[in-house]
Amino acid sequence: MTLMTMIMKMSEGFTRTCAIFFLTLIFSLPLGMIVALLRMSKNNIVSNVTRFIISVLRGTPLMLQLLAVTYGPLYLFGWSVSRNKLIPVVIAFAINYAAYFAEIYRGGIESMPVGQYEAAEVLGYTKSQTFIHIILPQVVKRIMPSITNEVVTLVKDTSLAFTVSYMEMFTIGKQIANSETSFTPFLVAGIFYFVFNAIVDFVMGKIEKRMDYYK
Amino acid sequence: MKLFEMNHVQKSFHNNTLHVLKDINISVNEGEVVAIIGPSGSGKSTLLRCATLLETMDGGDLIYMDQYAARNDENGNSVYGDKAQLKKVRSCFGLVFQNFNLFPHYSVLKNLTDAQTLVLGRSKEDATKRAMELLEKMGLASKAGAYPCELSGGQQQRVAIARALAMDPQILFFDEPTSALDPELTGEILKVIRQLAEENMTMVIVTHEMSFARDVADRVIFMDGGVIVEQGDPKEVINNPKEERTRQFLSRFSNN
Repeated sequence: MTLMTMIMKMSEGFTRTCAIFFLTLIFSLPLGMIVALLRMSKNNIVSNVTRFIISVLRGTPLMLQLLAVTYGPLYLFGWSVSRNKLIPVVIAFAINYAAYFAEIYRGGIESMPVGQYEAAEVLGYTKSQTFIHIILPQVVKRIMPSITNEVVTLVKDTSLAFTVSYMEMFTIGKQIANSETSFTPFLVAGIFYFVFNAIVDFVMGKIEKRMDYYK
Repeated sequence: MKLFEMNHVQKSFHNNTLHVLKDINISVNEGEVVAIIGPSGSGKSTLLRCATLLETMDGGDLIYMDQYAARNDENGNSVYGDKAQLKKVRSCFGLVFQNFNLFPHYSVLKNLTDAQTLVLGRSKEDATKRAMELLEKMGLASKAGAYPCELSGGQQQRVAIARALAMDPQILFFDEPTSALDPELTGEILKVIRQLAEENMTMVIVTHEMSFARDVADRVIFMDGGVIVEQGDPKEVINNPKEERTRQFLSRFSNN
């Protein structure tokens, strides 16, 4: 197999890699905020249950969670494995990343000086107005570097979808490597991820810069 | 006319082990400027925080223009009004903080207009007009587009005063408004407060600036240990204190 065919085949898988990447972000970024708010709930039961779930999601391998979401329903309820593996893959990724994002959001929200809440309260802002207009915009700026970190990790983590044989780029590369007994596909995969992350870095840098108008 | 009144205020922290306010009574008339002085830990900031609903009283009444924010029940516990009532009460007063607490992500202008549109429901044009009037008055019209981080401490505090005034409060509280400023920036804030006093703005100022309190205030209240030790005409209280405790405290400022 020529290098060109290799790259072509892997490019086809790259669309699926992108699908995992973008769908995970679309679902996990807002889900993480909900989890963070539950985690900070004044209700002890709610906050402790949420804390426990977060610690399980962060304390066990994503690979294991992928297997659990994909094959768990088969073993537990005898349901057939989803035809389109993208669904369980994205569910597992979104839940896992939501747990990480939730902790980042929480750290950002808790780092806000109490004076910002008090100033808003005295001016008559409601609690939700304070959160949406005053707190959240400042939190987003504060946590951007940590979010970038997670997004860069996510690019590389998409390769874990090979554990459930979802035909994204790395899975295809691995198959080619086996059949051709060649290391080249891995090299190609490495370059794909590196270039992808260079773009992610560039975009996130732009976003961070746009929020640089105040300190 | 009485604008603001607190009766029999009790406040403790740490499960009642730290008794900060012990039966405080205070009332402020329209147009009056009251300065509250006293050592750190005397309870003056806590009193201001109770008055502005940032802290809840354990016991006592809190009344703005005949509207109760909280009233004592028969057991001497403060019972606060409902959300709508507190919202109404909140519109009566403004508060200027020691460390400004401007919104850093908003321009100076937006700091002044945001609450006007969100809370008072003013149109953007009206809010901007009111904001520019106040910035003009503070000598900061040219800074409308700037961000708080680009301003000096004195300028930030003037923006904070303008932000509070933009809500058209009946009474304005100041919590040590010059304590976070360099001595040379203190003057510009005191000048603004003095100007407001001349315009008959009702104000309650917690301050360590004795000469300022003496010159601007209509009444000085000296607090220590959670009680009002002495109050009255500023020249009397500051130059001729009746109480030994007041004399002791003021002797430290004798070079003023």
